[in-house]
Amino acid sequence: MTFRVIGRVAVNVFKESVRDKVLYNLVVFAVLLIAASFLIGQLTAGQDVKIIKDLGLAAISIFGLLIAVFIGIGLVWKEVEKRSIYVILSKPIRRHEFVLGKYAGLVLTLTVNVVVMTAAFYGVLAVMHWKTDPAIRAAWSVSALDPHLLVAVLLILVELMLVTGIALFFSTFSSPFLSAVLTLGLWVIGHFNADLRNFDQVLASKPAIWLARGLYYVLPNFSAFDVKAQAVYGLPVAPGYVAFTSAYGVLYLAFVLGAAVTVFARRDFK
Amino acid sequence: MDAISTEGLTKHYTVGFWRPRPYAALDDLSLRVGTGEVFGFLGPNGAGKTTTLKLLMRLIFPTSGRAEILGRPPGDPDVARRIGYLPEQPYFYDYLTAEELLDYFGSLFGYGAAERRRRTSALLDEVGIGGERRLQLRKFSKGMLQRVGIAQALLNDPEVVFLDEPMSGLDPLGRREIRQLILQLRDRGCTVFFSSHVLADAEALCSRVAILAGGRLVASGALSDIHAFHVHGWELVVSGVGEPVLEQVRARGQALRVTRLADDRFALELPLTVAPERVLAELATHGGRLVSINPLRDTLEDFFVRQIAAAPKGGRMDRAS
Repeated sequence: MTFRVIGRVAVNVFKESVRDKVLYNLVVFAVLLIAASFLIGQLTAGQDVKIIKDLGLAAISIFGLLIAVFIGIGLVWKEVEKRSIYVILSKPIRRHEFVLGKYAGLVLTLTVNVVVMTAAFYGVLAVMHWKTDPAIRAAWSVSALDPHLLVAVLLILVELMLVTGIALFFSTFSSPFLSAVLTLGLWVIGHFNADLRNFDQVLASKPAIWLARGLYYVLPNFSAFDVKAQAVYGLPVAPGYVAFTSAYGVLYLAFVLGAAVTVFARRDFK
Repeated sequence: MDAISTEGLTKHYTVGFWRPRPYAALDDLSLRVGTGEVFGFLGPNGAGKTTTLKLLMRLIFPTSGRAEILGRPPGDPDVARRIGYLPEQPYFYDYLTAEELLDYFGSLFGYGAAERRRRTSALLDEVGIGGERRLQLRKFSKGMLQRVGIAQALLNDPEVVFLDEPMSGLDPLGRREIRQLILQLRDRGCTVFFSSHVLADAEALCSRVAILAGGRLVASGALSDIHAFHVHGWELVVSGVGEPVLEQVRARGQALRVTRLADDRFALELPLTVAPERVLAELATHGGRLVSINPLRDTLEDFFVRQIAAAPKGGRMDRAS
């Protein structure tokens, strides 16, 4: 496995997303955020910053999710469908390098997206900070430019990396529509995953409890990555929690990518 | 060492969802292609030509049998470094320009930036892509994409080139250019393996051919050695003689058929047992003139039709099961 080859494929994916105007979403994001801040600014003082923080983090997460899912499912499928895969696999590149390169390229696109969205987010918050009367500012429980928001963004990024991996995995063997449904389905389930663990309190049947327990451990626990509420209210998130959750994400990702590579390596491109 | 060899190469697909049945896309193909040969791989559509090429590119995996390119198994990166492949109706990343595409592929071979620029520019010149090289490929016509496809197949100065239907979809000029290119490659010592369903392409270029029908090898060797393509008669086109004279020739059994082509021109079909010189000499005494003489032989199409008619009962489904 050579990182040079993976890097080349990744750069090409990034180029594709730029040329296919994926980054236009950043403009939509910025406009949305700025427009919201003006509108909400007309409402209650003190609450507006909190609402913008909520909105901004949610938007970063949703925009990222849409990119991860809808580009992720097409990464490999499009190459197979349009038959560009025939030529590239005849070059000195191994199939796993191709898949990992595709993955790395989308993560690169997502990272650039998230970084730019975060910068725009802080820009809007900074403007709100300066425009607010210092007397009102003093009453804020948390500063508008609270760096804790970055912790939430970091975990969003890890979550998006995992979502991308899952989308890529499904796309190695199923149609884009099915891949999108499965990926989004897992994402939704993953956010309510914690409920599965508590099924023993509401269920009497032992097999059902075991099944719920099993699913809890097998399905990705996306709710763990969601620390948006803590970040907005300025509550501390333990560094240990961030490290552990990230490690969980990376481990799960390694498993998903391993599966994607294994499926792809055995596939016939008819 | 053979440039390409296959032994009992077989690929069966499963078709049908509720009642899956095997389908023999390729059955027991054994071939050897020597270094420096131009080898024609012929057959009607659906004969298994593309399946064979995909097996050789490791895009699909064989059900049984094996293949070697330059003495190594397909899919080996060392093999990939030494071969070029043009798929049928190639499609490339349409958001890239022709230059960027070749640059990208060049980087997979590990060439440095200067080397990539040199190769890209030289190859695009060679295949006749001029100022268009800075346009995104989505703006390219089919013929231009084929040229880009050829350029990418030759990017690494390959020792063996695989071309899947390289002439399909090209205008006569384009076809002639491809023929010239194949001959140039041969002169450089490159082995060329190309598939086609047009016999004339093979006749003009190949040292040897293999003919595939229904997933099976039905003939291989030099075209002149394949019995089906032996001359089985002559076609004389003459002018200056009247129909009654020609009728007499036919009545004597010296011509199988007389066809009027134009007012004054007739085509005579002679069996191989009749010397065309004698018929001509006789017609000359009646004022006849020779317009043209052509050997009659089966076309690839005739051959295919006969092969299919002669095929044992039972389709490719039964064979696979």
